[in-house]
Amino acid sequence: MSKRNMILTVVGIIVLFAGACYAQFELDSYLRRIINLCLIYAIIGLSMNLTNGFAGQFSLGQAGFMALGAYVVGVFTVPVELRSNVFYAVPMNPLIADIQLPLWLALIFGGLLAALVAFLIGTPVLRLRGDYLAIATLGFSEIIRIVITNAQSFTNGALGIKDIPTINDVRYIFLATAFVFIFVTCLVNSSYGRAFKAIREDEIAAEAMGVGLFHHKCMAFMLSAFFAGIGGGLYATLLGTVDPKNFLFTLTYNFLLIIVLGGMGSITGSMLGSIIVTAGLEFLRVFDEPLEIFGTTIPLFRPGFRMVIFSLLLMVCVLFWRKGIMGTEEFTWNKFVAFCKNPFKYFMRKGARNNG
Amino acid sequence: MLPLPSEEEGAFIFRFPGGEKMDFLTQFFQVIANMSAASLAQHIVNGISLGSLYALIAIGYTMVYGILLMINFAHADIVMMACYFAFFGITVFHIPWYITFVGVIVATAALGVVIERTAYRPLRDAPKNSVLISAIGASFLLENLANYLFSGRPLRFPDIPLLSQTITVGSVQIQAICLVIPVITFISLLVLLHIVNHTKTGMAMRAVSKDYEIARVMGVNIDRVISITFIIGSSLAAIGAFMWGVRYPGITPLLGVMPGLKCFIAAVIGGIGNIKGAVIGGFILGLGEVLIVAFFPQLSGYRDAFAFIVLIIILFYKPTGLLGEKTTEKV
Amino acid sequence: MKIKKLLSVLLASAVVMGALTGCGGDKKDEKKDAGDTIKVGVFLPLTGDNAAGGELELRGIKLANKLHPEVNGKKVQLIVADNKSDKAEAASVAARLIEKDKVCTILGSYGSSLAMAAGNIVKEAKVPAIGTSCTNPQVTANNDYYFRACFIDPFQGTVMANYAYKQGAKKIAIVQEVSNDYSVGLAKFFVEAFQKLTNDKDCIIDVANYQTGDKDFTAVLTNLKAKNPDAVFAPGNFTESALLVKQARQLGIKAPFMGGDTWETQEFIDVGGKDVEGCVLSTAFDREKASTEEAKRFLKAYTDEYKGEPSALSALGYDSYLIAIDAIKRAGTTDSQKIRDAIAATKDLEAVTGKTTLDKNGDAIKAAVIKVVKDGKFKYLDFVDVK
Repeated sequence: MSKRNMILTVVGIIVLFAGACYAQFELDSYLRRIINLCLIYAIIGLSMNLTNGFAGQFSLGQAGFMALGAYVVGVFTVPVELRSNVFYAVPMNPLIADIQLPLWLALIFGGLLAALVAFLIGTPVLRLRGDYLAIATLGFSEIIRIVITNAQSFTNGALGIKDIPTINDVRYIFLATAFVFIFVTCLVNSSYGRAFKAIREDEIAAEAMGVGLFHHKCMAFMLSAFFAGIGGGLYATLLGTVDPKNFLFTLTYNFLLIIVLGGMGSITGSMLGSIIVTAGLEFLRVFDEPLEIFGTTIPLFRPGFRMVIFSLLLMVCVLFWRKGIMGTEEFTWNKFVAFCKNPFKYFMRKGARNNG
Repeated sequence: MLPLPSEEEGAFIFRFPGGEKMDFLTQFFQVIANMSAASLAQHIVNGISLGSLYALIAIGYTMVYGILLMINFAHADIVMMACYFAFFGITVFHIPWYITFVGVIVATAALGVVIERTAYRPLRDAPKNSVLISAIGASFLLENLANYLFSGRPLRFPDIPLLSQTITVGSVQIQAICLVIPVITFISLLVLLHIVNHTKTGMAMRAVSKDYEIARVMGVNIDRVISITFIIGSSLAAIGAFMWGVRYPGITPLLGVMPGLKCFIAAVIGGIGNIKGAVIGGFILGLGEVLIVAFFPQLSGYRDAFAFIVLIIILFYKPTGLLGEKTTEKV
Repeated sequence: MKIKKLLSVLLASAVVMGALTGCGGDKKDEKKDAGDTIKVGVFLPLTGDNAAGGELELRGIKLANKLHPEVNGKKVQLIVADNKSDKAEAASVAARLIEKDKVCTILGSYGSSLAMAAGNIVKEAKVPAIGTSCTNPQVTANNDYYFRACFIDPFQGTVMANYAYKQGAKKIAIVQEVSNDYSVGLAKFFVEAFQKLTNDKDCIIDVANYQTGDKDFTAVLTNLKAKNPDAVFAPGNFTESALLVKQARQLGIKAPFMGGDTWETQEFIDVGGKDVEGCVLSTAFDREKASTEEAKRFLKAYTDEYKGEPSALSALGYDSYLIAIDAIKRAGTTDSQKIRDAIAATKDLEAVTGKTTLDKNGDAIKAAVIKVVKDGKFKYLDFVDVK
């Protein structure tokens, strides 16, 4: 990266961090919560983009990995004195009852556990192509959830875990998000990233060129699970309580929309997609309430309408706008500087590039 | 209940709320010893009736995959919509059930064709992943639409006394519908096999599923073939929905989700693209689910995991399924 | 190309319109704020798995608002928000009610896990919340700002256990919805109570699990039939329970089935049909035991507006509103902290489900009613008072 770009990046991060501090102190808890949710979903969306967008492996297992991360954080950060209260039906397993970890350590463990499970799952499953991989990962996501529901002495089963110390702090979550995004950007620009893209474009050709298929697919899968686990852990601290019902595979559809909307194969796309979907869902809440125009209530607007619009959005996106907002392009300083220098010329050039 | 390794002898100890501890193997033998012939017969009857329902729906999945090489995620939701159509026909509009039956088949077939035209046809030349996402989107849309239109509260599938009465054979209780479903499944299977193997349309379908490009070049009307596939698949879904509704009368927008996954897995087990395989896969899954709970009652909470575990095993050892053929990929 | 552009413009405008309406709405609220209305937030599941229960409670709350529209000379405005039966939504919605709509109290929710999700938020914001029918003890434990209008599961479990014991049952089988915290919790309390009553550790002869959304219970029921229990306790959502009892009867199981307050819905009888005749359940309210004046007003208003029998959920919704109003009256102000203290001091309030007093945890000390399904309706069977 050129010196100019590096300086711009650092300045950019500082500016955004200042924005996060401002948000922390000036905005009310509702808006902060939305921002935090956007950032957390961006992390998980990015993790899904890593396998689906960059490596071309269609995996639907994010909800399961998220659940693993969330439960590790949940189980190990509840203060020890409150545990017997939370595990009131079946007492907590004595092996783990007295271990309490600080949040950052629990997050990392959550990610590592998710990565380990991804490795175990990946070995049989990554041989498959396309649709089979999707169903298999979906299945594993469900198995993880079913095991969590039944393993009462470890996870409190359906009763869920309560009293997780909460963090509604935009700065903390912003730093975690920044870390993940920077890591993934470096990864994608490295030789590993190029190997992933090669696998995405044509597996057989990549293999013929010496890219170790299984090795790289597994790595993408494990990293994706690791970040999903961290995202899940942050999700648990944001909510303060988790239970298995949070992690049905329908949650994965949410992330699918994020990456399709943002552009499969674009890091900035994941962030944009997350902001639009998460904030958009909140704003679309207006569709759930009866709408009054000139005193007459339109019967169309009832609870449930919001989700219909949401799913229509997904369909429209995939039918007409397959590339999403960013396609496979990224926000780069070069483009930004070119835009700043002469906006008009920038769009003319872009048009010419697309049509030519 | 998760098995906890314990200092006592025996690898797994299960703990019930009553504090009863029992060794896994001992419990298994106890279950076998205590199971009466009547119980076992009842379990088998339950398994067969569940399996034949799965089989009927699995055929729809396998046919679409055979031709289009895509998983029609929306198939299970078509089953759900068919249940709602039946509810409206019989309970709301008071049309006699045998007429509604035909009406529902027509309506569901139409729905299937509409979904194919809007969600799948535009993406026929697109990369594989897009079609998959579109299928997921279509499924999601149907579920949310049903939730919005009919609300999430369960509706009662109309009762058809002829089919829901219970017949007692010895000490085994069978609901009349449980005898009807396997029969209908086999009839459908035979009819389908006839269509596929002995008619011109069937020949066209086989050609398209063998090699899409060549079939197109040779003059087969691809659009028509695909539409017919969806019509057949959706009609079977409608029949399956009717049976399902009589057997399990609570209709909710999400009723298709789990069965859909399991039926697709059944199709994969039998060999995706192979109709006979789908039926066999359906029976294996249905019987397996019931017998697992019969012989290992403490695993009743893990019952749904059974289907996925079988899937993993099959994909590991025989990825083309029990009746599938190996295909080589041309570069 | 053109379609793409058109659609992206439409999409963008939809989102922008939504955003503008959302923002515009807020400004409207802020103007109306201080002065002549008292805002009470209502957060319930109106879509999703728990929609049926949420809707019934909303009916009760709306009726109460109609019959008691004012307190301290100001009009009470209900701000209803849907939490979609989802925890993350519940948390966001609670935050939204507190921050954007600036409510002084919150009512809700049906579904203990949803109430717990909002628990942290109301605690931090110091706004009191009154649960309507969430019976999980965790909701109010360790949370000074959450109260409830109903009894809790440890009590409900003993109610059914006592009933079963009085009927002479010695061996009971449990069928629990293992993915539903309500079911698992209630089953546990039932088991403890029953074991204490019979003094027999082996009185629970079978425990079967099923998942939410399951339709086929024939396997676990066949196992259960072989063990021949005197009665079956199956606390779970009414959707699955109706199918469960139906299939049990089809298999020839004659033992009586018992459940908890989630069974008390019209859908249970609709889906179950003849097969659920004779099922017994515990609940919070019944017309026959309606002794207070308020109860009579509620019954009349409900039958006028909705026709048909009110369920305990509507009664509890009504009661939670009453508790809130009564506390606001006693506090004399809309300051959330003072309202919270007033709620905690609720004693002998004349409510629909009986005289209500809140204990030190914030739970209502309430009697339970046992009902039985007879002739396609829920009929009163017995009354269990708190000891």
